[in-house]
Amino acid sequence: MFVSRKCIFHILVHAAALLPAALIVWDSTRGQLTANPIQEITLRTGKTTLVLLVLTLSCTPFRLITGIRAVLPLRRILGLYTFSYACLHFLIFVGLDYGFNLPLIFEEVLKKRFAIAGFAAFITLLPLVITSTRGWAKRLGGDWQRLHKLVYLTALLAVTHFTWQVKADFRLPLLYGIIIIFLLVIRLPQVRAKLDELTLPLRNLISAIGRHK
Amino acid sequence: MYKFKSSEITPEHIYFSRRRFVVGAGALTGSLLFLGGCKQSELTSPGESINFCETAVAQNAMDELGDALTPCGSVIGYNNFYEFTTDKEEVLFRAREFRSSPWEVKVGGLVNKPATFDMDDIPKKFPVEERIYRMRCVEGWSMVIPWLGFSLSKLLKEVEPTSRAKYVRFETLYDPKQMPGQKDDYFGWPYVEGLRIDEAMHDLTILATGLYGKPLPPQCGAPIRLMAPWKYGFKNIKSIVKIDLVEEMPVSLWMKSAPHEYGFYANVNPQVDHPRWSQVSERRIGELSRRRTLLFNGYEKEVANLYEGLDLAKNY
Repeated sequence: MFVSRKCIFHILVHAAALLPAALIVWDSTRGQLTANPIQEITLRTGKTTLVLLVLTLSCTPFRLITGIRAVLPLRRILGLYTFSYACLHFLIFVGLDYGFNLPLIFEEVLKKRFAIAGFAAFITLLPLVITSTRGWAKRLGGDWQRLHKLVYLTALLAVTHFTWQVKADFRLPLLYGIIIIFLLVIRLPQVRAKLDELTLPLRNLISAIGRHK
Repeated sequence: MYKFKSSEITPEHIYFSRRRFVVGAGALTGSLLFLGGCKQSELTSPGESINFCETAVAQNAMDELGDALTPCGSVIGYNNFYEFTTDKEEVLFRAREFRSSPWEVKVGGLVNKPATFDMDDIPKKFPVEERIYRMRCVEGWSMVIPWLGFSLSKLLKEVEPTSRAKYVRFETLYDPKQMPGQKDDYFGWPYVEGLRIDEAMHDLTILATGLYGKPLPPQCGAPIRLMAPWKYGFKNIKSIVKIDLVEEMPVSLWMKSAPHEYGFYANVNPQVDHPRWSQVSERRIGELSRRRTLLFNGYEKEVANLYEGLDLAKNY
């Protein structure tokens, strides 16, 4: 049976994206989710969501710099995994942590800005997920591009959510913030043009290697 | 009194056999799956910790509210002790080589009889008793722990605070060689905490030297630590080397690092939120559902009179 290189690549991406969830299952069967397992899986799914979001946002800049187009289909795959982990994260928080105790959630959570930022980030993902199909992309045409710029807001809200819930050491959220702002800034037309110019030798080199093979 | 092993409450050997499993399999899976922070280098011999819990004893199975003790394995395996690492499960391993003997506690400042207490003499001078206290972490989780300790007031009476002494200031050992977390100067080491003198003299306030019937393990603040159970966990400074009676309110490490978030009092209070998260409920370690946090962590009857007329929202 012939399996294309692209197919293997995509299988690997799916496997990597499913790995954090598999690890949670594995660790739970071994009792390795710390003495405070609900908090642990909340943190893990949250971090995974953020990492996947960053990776989703990295595809376009990666293509810009390297000229490698194979990463472009990953935007949708990674984007949908981002949403899946965000759902898990949200459900664990609401269902496992708070046992769907809505009065307590309202009393305790919704007045807190870190939770509001996280919830807002989650909400901004919904239109992106709904319109993630080819049909919707076609129907919306140019508006689809404009709508999907919403993911920048998602990213900023997600980092804000992360920053507001840490106890005292803000270095890691800051790092995520810097990476996300960097990924957004290099999309600005002027920056993009400059980057395009600077990285042209790299793209030439990569395509030369590709031809040689 | 009937004495029972903590292992009758919760099978710690199961907890640690899982750890033992990871000693073998963890290195393999850890490196295969390259999950950040794999622990193969540290996971060599958790033998002493297994022993700790196998021989752990407590005279009572619950606190005065009827809440069951937190399993020994969780108490000694899930710790906030930033001097070693910010990873709560890792502290146990990083602290294993910690030398808590010989140890001296220097008590001075505004006192008539400054003294340096050798840790070897402290149990002789101040007999310990079991105190089962709830411990509520500011992060929103809690435990019930059988401490061994003695009232801090006994030690303070020994050194005779002068009338000018209004506060007690505590300091943790500063030794970055042994406590690698102190090499990270993000926090202003050493760890400092303080109590108002009436809080310090309160009978509930103890210096703990043990838990579950045994000397404190390093990750829990060996050889001697503070325990004022109506305050958030971070207030209960570990591995104390210095106690000073002072006139001015001490500035703690947490007050210094985030003054608008951590105040001097740090009393457990569901009505006063942390600026960024609520303190209304908590998760008792080992329980699935949340429970409502009690005012002064359930010690309202004993300590509320200390704060009459004080605005607890302002003096958080």
